[in-house]
Amino acid sequence: MEALYGLFIAPFADFAFMQRALFGSLMLSLGACPIGVFLMLRRMSLSGDAMAHAILPGAAAGFLFYGLEILPMTIGGLIAGVIVALGAGAVSRFTIQREDASMAAFYLISLAIGVLMVSIRGSSVDLMHVLFGTVLALNNEALTLIGGIVAVTLVSLAIFWRALVAECLDPLFLRSVSRMGSPVHFIFLGLVVLNLVGGFQALGTLLSVGLMMLPAAAARFWTVRVEPMCALAVLIGFASCIAGLLLSYHASLPSGPAIILSAGVVYFASILFGTRGVLRARIIHHRHRTA
Amino acid sequence: MTNASLTFRDLTLGYNSHPAIHHLNGAIRKGSLTAVVGANGSGKSTLMKGIVGVLKPMAGEVVRAPGVRTAYLPQQSELDRSFPARVVDLVSLGLWPKRGMLGRYTAEDRAAVSKALMAVGLGGFEKRPIDTLSGGQLQRTLFARVLLQDADLILLDEPFNAVDAKTVGDLIALIKRWHGEERTIMVVVHDLDLVRQNFPETLLLARQPIAWGETRETLKPENLLRARRFHEAWEENAPWCEPDSHDHGHDDSHGHAHGHHHDHDHGPRAA
Repeated sequence: MEALYGLFIAPFADFAFMQRALFGSLMLSLGACPIGVFLMLRRMSLSGDAMAHAILPGAAAGFLFYGLEILPMTIGGLIAGVIVALGAGAVSRFTIQREDASMAAFYLISLAIGVLMVSIRGSSVDLMHVLFGTVLALNNEALTLIGGIVAVTLVSLAIFWRALVAECLDPLFLRSVSRMGSPVHFIFLGLVVLNLVGGFQALGTLLSVGLMMLPAAAARFWTVRVEPMCALAVLIGFASCIAGLLLSYHASLPSGPAIILSAGVVYFASILFGTRGVLRARIIHHRHRTA
Repeated sequence: MTNASLTFRDLTLGYNSHPAIHHLNGAIRKGSLTAVVGANGSGKSTLMKGIVGVLKPMAGEVVRAPGVRTAYLPQQSELDRSFPARVVDLVSLGLWPKRGMLGRYTAEDRAAVSKALMAVGLGGFEKRPIDTLSGGQLQRTLFARVLLQDADLILLDEPFNAVDAKTVGDLIALIKRWHGEERTIMVVVHDLDLVRQNFPETLLLARQPIAWGETRETLKPENLLRARRFHEAWEENAPWCEPDSHDHGHDDSHGHAHGHHHDHDHGPRAA
């Protein structure tokens, strides 16, 4: 009992920085994982990754003018992300180019500008911080910011849920009954940016997308409905955060990668053992009904 | 025309400045059941898209009677069948005109969904994931959604593709029921026998109307022959269509009731 307490509870009970890290990362999961489910269902899984890169120049601009301060970097990241999301989204909606190509073009340009800006002023240590973040150094400001982002995300999802599902399921139908099609797409892209920006202080721009996509990708193997899929993705996100933080504490590993790798383990387990996973389909499923 | 559900005024629709529907005039009477026939590329689907508003007119306009609710079943659905949804989720989208984005589905709505599924012969399919449906079952599911939309103007673009004979019969029965309920219906169909048997009125298209009116009159051999001679391909350097070169004085008022013969040459490449 004592050992279990030491293993699982004590790190969080004894250290305020662990509590903050846990609180922050759990909140992040709450918002980012459902967003990840929709990204995946819209076949935009890699767009999340692209958006994460796109945030860099904004964060770098904030860093350039104000140093390692959370608010300017966040606002900068938000602006850069929104520009890229709107730009790429508009190009794909109003020209013949598909979203994957326009998104790639926009984020690559954005990424190059970002690296350029960081290298003008900063050292490689600073660049590492922007790219990889650190969940163990979340201050009150950062937690408040994450809390706000999660609230906005959940409220927006609740309001636009039906439109978002319709836009994924049958976009032409949505256009024939309502004008919500394009707005809901852009609102969704906005939420993606918001959650990535929320995550970059904790996990860095590169890994924040991991907490978004991996639980979603894992949840896909367990259920055939959207609502349970989102709930399951959040639960997997929670589990990954707790496991990752404990791993990071006990084995002195960097926290961000530990969290994402924990989610990765769940992902691989889901591929194998999920109700719609490999083993079930190949081995167990040899019986069939008469009709 | 007070009892027109739809009025086309010099409507030109198309892609990349090439018209697919060229200077269409006329009206669709409220409560009418019209088949839209014509060769591939004759502008049938384009007309449907123009009516729904998915495609903006290059010239002219489509006027919908005020307050008309439209349901549209496209030929090439953008439906994502891999999306994790059940039949009931897909059909419930048809409640949008009634409940909008935020309105709660009531028990009455759920009953209506079940009833609509029953009407297309898919009773008990509510919980089936949509990726397990056959092509014909999916088509019937989409009909159930149209049913639920409770629209005054129903546009069906080739709804009988890849549907077996029995199902075609069921769907025709459904269309006739809508017709009996005084809804305005336009259906793109390829099977002329089906049209002759079931549709009182027909619009024969070949980029412009070849004939438009009572089905038997419209589908006369000489009209079909003229429609067949229609030249499907675009010509890159077709001359620009100048507004002055047309006779735009079509008389809307005699609309479709008489065969709407367009004997004068219309566009640069009229049949």
